[in-house]
Amino acid sequence: MLDYKGIMTDYASRKEGIIEAYHAVQKELNYLPKEAIKAAAEAFKIPEKEAYGVATFYSYFSVQPRGKYIIRICESAPCHIAGADEVVEALEQELGIKMGDTTPDLKFTLEFAQCVGQCQETPVITVNGKPYGGVTKDMVPRILAEYK
Amino acid sequence: MVTVTINGQQYQVPEDVTILEACRMNNIDLPTFCYDDDLKLAGSCRMCVVESPGRPLLIAACVTPVFDGLTIETESPAVIRARKTILELLIARHKMECHVCEKNGDCRLQDYCYRYGVAESRFTDGGMLHFPIEDPNPFIERDYDKCIMCTRCVRACEEITVAQAIGVKDRGHHAQISTAFNGKLEDSPCVFCGQCVMVCPVGALTSKVSAAYHGRPSDVDKRVLTTCSYCGTGCTLELNVKDNKVVGVTSNRDENFSPVNKGALCVKGRFGWDFINSSDRLTTPLIKENGEFRPASWEEALNFAAQGLKKIKEEKGADSIAVFTSARITNEENYLAQKLARAALGTNNVDHCARL
Amino acid sequence: MAQEMHIVLKNRDKINPLDINDYLAAGGYQSLVKARGMAQEEVIEEVKNSGLRGRGGAGFNTGLKWSFSYNIKSDEKYVICNADEGEPGTYKDRIIFESDPHIVLEGMAICGHAIGSKKGYIYCRGEYPQVVDLLKKAISQAKEKGVLGDFDIEVRMGAGAYVCGEESALIESILGQRGEPRFKPPFPPVSGLNWKPSIVNNVETFANIPAIIHKGAQWFTGIGAKSYPGTKLLSLTGDVKNRVCIEVPTDTTIRDVIFHFGGGMRNNGQFKAVQIGGTSGGFIPESLLDTPIDFDSMRKIGATLGTGAVFVMDQSRDIVDVVTRISKFFEHESCGKCNPCREGVFRCHEIMKKINKGLATEEDLEKIQLLCLVMEQTCLCGCGQAAPSPILTTLKHFQEEYEQKLLPA
Repeated sequence: MLDYKGIMTDYASRKEGIIEAYHAVQKELNYLPKEAIKAAAEAFKIPEKEAYGVATFYSYFSVQPRGKYIIRICESAPCHIAGADEVVEALEQELGIKMGDTTPDLKFTLEFAQCVGQCQETPVITVNGKPYGGVTKDMVPRILAEYK
Repeated sequence: MVTVTINGQQYQVPEDVTILEACRMNNIDLPTFCYDDDLKLAGSCRMCVVESPGRPLLIAACVTPVFDGLTIETESPAVIRARKTILELLIARHKMECHVCEKNGDCRLQDYCYRYGVAESRFTDGGMLHFPIEDPNPFIERDYDKCIMCTRCVRACEEITVAQAIGVKDRGHHAQISTAFNGKLEDSPCVFCGQCVMVCPVGALTSKVSAAYHGRPSDVDKRVLTTCSYCGTGCTLELNVKDNKVVGVTSNRDENFSPVNKGALCVKGRFGWDFINSSDRLTTPLIKENGEFRPASWEEALNFAAQGLKKIKEEKGADSIAVFTSARITNEENYLAQKLARAALGTNNVDHCARL
Repeated sequence: MAQEMHIVLKNRDKINPLDINDYLAAGGYQSLVKARGMAQEEVIEEVKNSGLRGRGGAGFNTGLKWSFSYNIKSDEKYVICNADEGEPGTYKDRIIFESDPHIVLEGMAICGHAIGSKKGYIYCRGEYPQVVDLLKKAISQAKEKGVLGDFDIEVRMGAGAYVCGEESALIESILGQRGEPRFKPPFPPVSGLNWKPSIVNNVETFANIPAIIHKGAQWFTGIGAKSYPGTKLLSLTGDVKNRVCIEVPTDTTIRDVIFHFGGGMRNNGQFKAVQIGGTSGGFIPESLLDTPIDFDSMRKIGATLGTGAVFVMDQSRDIVDVVTRISKFFEHESCGKCNPCREGVFRCHEIMKKINKGLATEEDLEKIQLLCLVMEQTCLCGCGQAAPSPILTTLKHFQEEYEQKLLPA
């Protein structure tokens, strides 16, 4: 098990560092387990309901387990008109899951994202934060192969 | 003092009040959901919006300070349009079952829909939102299908009781009042004081103890102010009486009536009242004879106890008696009890449950 | 013909952003030295007189904003750089940081001197982890060189919440809380982070400061539109040939932006509409393309300059479909604090879906219009107030596209 208490203590020197601490946990696990949120509440001296409220407010955080690689597809207007829907279809088909789901081997999770600020080359997807621009459905297998 | 013009009439008001306070001082009623005299401001329900000529946006009266020369309209067409639309948006997510709701007749949402003639919502594309919850605790009924997200319960929990049991989870229209990990109240720091029930303006939070279809707050015959008998704090509560029976307990938040607790109660005071009508309740003293209890008068019972104590004192000495008193009685009564112990019984063996 | 003008991006591609020596060699941090030799009021006056207005979208006079914080006595004050670039179609702040991070740090430090603050924060969106790393590197280089003096800057990272671009929500998020906007007043310059005076300015706003201090207010007022002087960074997206980030004087017309700098339409398409200022901006038809991009000219035509995103659509684009997608964005990003936004953006999206599927009637158009007007007037923060703009402006300029999709009467 990840040393949640240790991570939280590292960040708790700055009393507002909970978001960074959550990022640190997610870097390892891709989600925020209950124990991590409890550890955060304790380290940052805030009520658990608040630590949970923060964890559920931001779309980068998840309180449900997710895959090792989180693929986010931007669905904002510039990516939408550039064919994001086709990329979604290709990803769903290639991975055999629907948007919002995780592959049974816990490798990939598909999520919608809002703008990731790479609009010079649309549509954009990110894999664990790494952006890929101008993605077409034909490029999908190649991108996924990098992570398989 | 500053001069403000409200609905065409000039008023002198203190310079450090909000528009809402200025209106209330002058008996101009503005509708509010999230505002509460005792809680921090939220400014989020937007029901108290007013119009100021020349300003493109409507102003939330509860969070906006007055200034000299301020001119506002509190029921202009734009204001009414805004309030009606907000009400339509709220009833589109509100489970409309007023006929069986404990808050029927005592519900802000109902009152304002009546005031502005909002019978139904046009904004139902997308259907009802549903916030399922199971919480088998014996005291507080939580029905978030009726919640209007005013967050008064969250603030009451934070600021009055400081239990920090509930907050807001998620965001947007998925946002919901919840404990950490969206669990049951009993798994949270909740102490079941019911301050959340007290401040809820709609039927989202109600008392399970009164909620047996036996009389909702709005149709009780009278509210009897009394002092809670559970401890010596002396909180004021209101017994809700219907057909000469107590059907619920509410609290009075006016400090003129409720100087000790200003409406706040604990779990016992707010929810522990249904013994009043219980058939198991003792209504006369009982004396045990030959292994069986029999009813007795107070005079007989007191004499019986006095005889017993006297006998022990004579046979075994005064120090074989100890007096143990309870936090349910007042300081004065506790004083009298120790006086009885020392002066009448002749023992210093005196103790009190609050010391444990 | 119109030309780009680089004030903010003057070092773009000329220096190594990861090497502070390059920035120093290009005259970097000289403005900070100059500012520190000036009285605080002088710096504020200079910025005020330059007419620089906030580049994040609200267009408030920067110097005036600074004066509010300066005028308050407080043991602590904060300088906060808003790098939560969340408006879809906007990537100019990323370009600034990737080209020249120190220009922003210098601008922040000048602001710190002006208002009397020793502490700065950069709030960078969670989508830009590489920018966060770059900034941390730049800050540590600046500290090593000692150029910032006793002014400290920390980077904070968001975690995916559009509303945190709103200054009070941003402050809540820096504090590690849910990014819900506060009601105002009090405004952050008076009472912001930790309820102390706090200046929240956009990345681009801070990046303009060194040049203003270096060359003076008068020089700056001579550039671009009178009421909104200087340059503006624009990020071009959609059906335009060159999807690039440009910096142009603010009197440049929309037509020049798209057809000159943008190189015209992609794939020989025919222009249909442009949405400027991000996803909360208004849609602009062909007939208004000769409008200059400055704040007030845009406002006059019912549009906004906003963040400077320029999203171009050609004739093949279905406006109703695009707006439906935009309304989904707001449904996803509403923080849920105030009633009209939380419920309104959700119902807007539902009604837009209905229209887009061809299932709506005239009544639905009236209904969504009413809802949008009320949201504009009553929402607690700028996010909810601006969310209806794409719907209202397309109903105005592209009404026939809506009507074509209605059920036959």
